[in-house]
Amino acid sequence: MIAIIKYNAGNIQSVANALERLNYECIVTDNPAEIRRADKVILPGVGAASMAMSYLKEKKTDKVIVGLEQPVLGICLGLQLMCQHSEEGDLKCLGIFNAIVKKMPPLDRVPHTGWNNLKERKGTLFTGIQDNDDVYFVHSYAASLCTTTIAICDYIQPFSAALHKRNFYATQFHPEKSAFVGGQILKNFLAL
Amino acid sequence: MLKKRIIPCLDIKDGRTVKGINFGNLRDAGDPVALAKKYVAEGADELVFLDISATIEYRKTLADLVRKIAREINIPFTVGGGISTLEDVDLLIKSGADKVSINSAAVRYPELITQIANKYGSQCVVVAIDIKLQNEEWMVFTHGGNTATSLKATEWALRVAQLGAGEILLTSMNNDGTGEGFALDITNQISNSLNIPVIASGGAGKEEDFFLLFEQTTASAALAASIFHYNTIPVSTLKKYLKAKNISIR
Repeated sequence: MIAIIKYNAGNIQSVANALERLNYECIVTDNPAEIRRADKVILPGVGAASMAMSYLKEKKTDKVIVGLEQPVLGICLGLQLMCQHSEEGDLKCLGIFNAIVKKMPPLDRVPHTGWNNLKERKGTLFTGIQDNDDVYFVHSYAASLCTTTIAICDYIQPFSAALHKRNFYATQFHPEKSAFVGGQILKNFLAL
Repeated sequence: MLKKRIIPCLDIKDGRTVKGINFGNLRDAGDPVALAKKYVAEGADELVFLDISATIEYRKTLADLVRKIAREINIPFTVGGGISTLEDVDLLIKSGADKVSINSAAVRYPELITQIANKYGSQCVVVAIDIKLQNEEWMVFTHGGNTATSLKATEWALRVAQLGAGEILLTSMNNDGTGEGFALDITNQISNSLNIPVIASGGAGKEEDFFLLFEQTTASAALAASIFHYNTIPVSTLKKYLKAKNISIR
């Protein structure tokens, strides 16, 4: 069973739909016991970081996430919440990855909206993914490069398109909206 | 490198896809879900569904259709048409839309743009602007192109960006349905004045129209309906053509 963490953010149903298309059973929950029991956990999210973080704290899901030992995947805002700090609302985040999240400088169009490719991909999350494969991004804040970066996207400046530390994985792009390439990345995560 | 997006648009009326010429004369163009799946398979980068019936009785049916689309397709999609309140937006987002497109309501009540952006993020708000050349000035029209406003296109575009729009869907009514190409000058002028993506719409009739759009303007995406619906140019053929012309395409 895959647990999708429920909180006040958009796109949670999109992730559930994507898992259903891949024939995986999932539940959307903020119940700590259900989250701990799941084989895999996904923290999706689109929206404002501070509102999302307050909701996680209120439900005490923040502590649950940090203590998980099964594979966890953060998506988009989920990735940002798993970093140290976000400039969006000067927010202390979960601190799983040592990256800092900052507003993308307005030297090109922001939000970074559309399909872009991934450089310097590392590890099993990207098995079967080629240099010219594109994934879908839509975000105005981005995580800095750090020792746990496993894929880089270069838009305005290079940022962490994916992160991995121990059992924790995260993507800034939306695998659930990235057509068949995104489906492959989700399958790779689900096969961990 | 960020790719230029090709976006098929499905105009929906009472659950069917339709396409008109110059905002009138509707022709039936098929089942929306089947068409959506076909476009995904062909390599469409996003989809836009515009409900042009948008009566109150129909609203619930639209949410059902959105749920069906969200289950079946694995690329982002925008839903618009008749959205006038934050509650309308809530229902569509909850049903699985990635973005909503607002048009007349944004003119009537510009704060709605900010309200949606605050609740769901700017990336969720596409402001659709229908424009028509009037005495050598591009002016904004609402209500499916039926109602003139006193807003100049360039000024309104700037304003909606300031209010929190994440993208602008710019449709030239002069070009729409003609197949004679996009309105390049005004598209470029508006796109260059903004720091958010502009989706150009109206007038695509042949492959070269898309090439000219991406070569001569800074538009981030091109939206078209009839040429894809009637298979004049399949999405895959168009993308192959643009790639061969060195346009950055997925």
